[in-house]
Amino acid sequence: MVSVQKESDATLTRHRSGGQPVLEVEDLKMYFPVKSSGLVRRTVGHVQAVDGVSFQVPAGGALGLVGESGCGKSTTGRLITRLHDPTSGAIRFEGTDLARLSPRQMKPMRRDVQMIFQDPFSSLNPRHTVGAIVSSPLVTHSMVPKDKVLSRVQELLEVVGLNPEHYNRYPNEFSGGQRQRIGIARALALQPKLLVADEPVSALDVSIQAQVVNLLEDLQKEFGIAFLFIAHDLGVVRHFCPEVAVMYLGKIVEIADRDTLYDRPHHPYTQALLSAVPDVKQAAIGGRRERIRIEGDVPSPINPPSGCRFRTRCFHAKEICARVEPPLMQIGRRHKVACHFPGELGKHPEEPVTARLLGVDDQGSPDPGGSPTDLGNPPGFSDTWFDLEKRTMAGARTTPGASANDTARDAG
Amino acid sequence: MSTDTGVTTSKSASSAAGERLLEVEHLTVKFPTADGLVNAVTDLSYGVARGQTLGIVGESGSGKSVSSMAVLGLHDPRRTRIEGSIRIDGQEVIGLSESRLRKIRGNSAAMIFQDALASLHPFYRVGKQLSEAYGAHHPKASARDGRRKAIEMLDLVGIPQPDRRVDDFPHQFSGGMRQRAMIAMGLINDPSLLIADEPTTALDVTVQAQILDLLGDLQREFDSAIIIITHDLGVIAEMADEVLVMYAGRAVEYGATRELLTHPEMPYTWGLLSSVPDVSADPDARLLPIPGNPPSLLDPPTGCSFHPRCVHVDKVPGDLCSTSTPELTPGGRGPGHLKRCHLADPDRIYATEVLPEIAPDLADGSATPAPSTATPSTTPPTTKEA
Repeated sequence: MVSVQKESDATLTRHRSGGQPVLEVEDLKMYFPVKSSGLVRRTVGHVQAVDGVSFQVPAGGALGLVGESGCGKSTTGRLITRLHDPTSGAIRFEGTDLARLSPRQMKPMRRDVQMIFQDPFSSLNPRHTVGAIVSSPLVTHSMVPKDKVLSRVQELLEVVGLNPEHYNRYPNEFSGGQRQRIGIARALALQPKLLVADEPVSALDVSIQAQVVNLLEDLQKEFGIAFLFIAHDLGVVRHFCPEVAVMYLGKIVEIADRDTLYDRPHHPYTQALLSAVPDVKQAAIGGRRERIRIEGDVPSPINPPSGCRFRTRCFHAKEICARVEPPLMQIGRRHKVACHFPGELGKHPEEPVTARLLGVDDQGSPDPGGSPTDLGNPPGFSDTWFDLEKRTMAGARTTPGASANDTARDAG
Repeated sequence: MSTDTGVTTSKSASSAAGERLLEVEHLTVKFPTADGLVNAVTDLSYGVARGQTLGIVGESGSGKSVSSMAVLGLHDPRRTRIEGSIRIDGQEVIGLSESRLRKIRGNSAAMIFQDALASLHPFYRVGKQLSEAYGAHHPKASARDGRRKAIEMLDLVGIPQPDRRVDDFPHQFSGGMRQRAMIAMGLINDPSLLIADEPTTALDVTVQAQILDLLGDLQREFDSAIIIITHDLGVIAEMADEVLVMYAGRAVEYGATRELLTHPEMPYTWGLLSSVPDVSADPDARLLPIPGNPPSLLDPPTGCSFHPRCVHVDKVPGDLCSTSTPELTPGGRGPGHLKRCHLADPDRIYATEVLPEIAPDLADGSATPAPSTATPSTTPPTTKEA
């Protein structure tokens, strides 16, 4: 087995240069109540849309969030921009917990956290001119004096590659790609430090998608904006984000740097997801590519499966998977996976690697002699991690105080 | 006309099955509107044989859906001007009366639409809608027969507990199950031609893989001809035997899938290939988008309709690209591969300028299965594909 610690130096320096996280999300949960019908609308259950998600976005960097529809990736984005009020958890933006702010306190923060929406046809008001759309955040937040608004709008339109003379036109006069540029100009108006891009290119034609992705890349470089890039297109996410998190049914199942996640995924779901993507290069061989077939549909988030949420469709599910939920465990320098049997495709271990840490036996029953270790759910990566080959924590586990990393909470 | 002969030879070479089931010749579809005449499809010719899959690729507005709707006679004849010929199993479709068309629709030719939720009636149970499609072509069948057939079809497309789910409403199905129900409805009368218009665009990749597998399995079972309309070249690469690339209502490239995707000869196809990041390309390489926007079909550009967005215009002598429309003719790689482009040696430009930038390892992989006329690849071979 290729060691998980073996990571290219290039990747490492890229992450290190990312610096301090601009956004830290910890154990974020969003439960939507399900009401009964009838006169007294009692709450009869909850849709666990986002259930304990933790991650970091480095300043000026990009984190990709991928998963199938209904996995909670868009809800996560909307929580960070506080379009929903989270049920619990923390969203720390430069040290301020956005989850606890009142709408009034939130207003100045909105300058720094902006959003790009998926559908450029429904996210622009058809009765407003482009100038009105792009200038409204400037006016709301009194960013520029009134007589400078127009020149600033034209400046923004030029930045996103639109003709600045077109500020007087209406959205219906623009094509899909141009409309998405208007949405981007609006998000840029407040000079945000973090942009939540929710499927920014999936509504666009193939030839236009590349134009918008390149534009976002240029803006990131020029203005140092951090991106939370939400998409279901694995190719686009890989292109844009040095670090990618895979979500399934409200939880992150695997999070890693790009090279590890795409070349050596350890979670069966990530492996199935990657093998399902049709590949143009298959043309040289012809026919369908060999792939992992996962049967059925995503279970309901109202009543998710016990233990591991993916076990109902997993090709490697065992008894322990139904009994104990696998923790999101760090297994490499920048690699976390939530699976009892993490391993590269075809090399999944036969024994659950998590049993001893969780204080259970191999079938998932509580082990009287076991001592459960609380791994917690910290947002970042620690300097110590669980070595899959040696089955122990690698690094300076015995001296947690020596760890310089502030996120090394799970070491103790 | 050279177009015609080229297509015919290409087909007979690629499909040993003999006579083609669907034959579209010089199809032109125009819609008169208040703003003027929309040239949705211009002089389009293609065909599919039994057991074969044709993939049609293009952006929105390229005429790919319009042309396949014409095959089923779905355009209102009062608002559409259709010219050319469409033959399904020898039967001419254009100009056919509505009652005769109805006999073909859903029976020998069926269509699977993109948005399954919008294409299923929300008020009727799924089983009812399926048995209606069956009853339409089996007037003697009883309601019980229809129901039995509906359950059988739902089982065939892999819906669990079909005898119970048959009484569900469409909203009780998940997205993938709806698309399966749509496929079941399309297949209920064993059509010999199935047109799937973006069958997986609204679906997640894992569900998409299931649906594509299903289509492949069903094709093997019933030996039907399938047309898949999509913008995803990956789907084309894995599913189609032949590819038709459309741009602004015209076929711009047409040929066998392996040949066309490994040695594309038209700058628009190059653009499509280069603008999609795939899961194994170099993430730091910049995407090469096609500049500009798709043209308006009300007022298409003069000459080659792609010339305003083409980066290779300067390689063609004079202003040929903007003055004369190139014919769809065989390129330098044999009669089975047609392209609509003025470029004299597209293979060399592709190998030296396009491939090294978009996929160095594809350059190597494509060189191995190449026919005799292959231009030597100038990029250094990578060990990845070997």
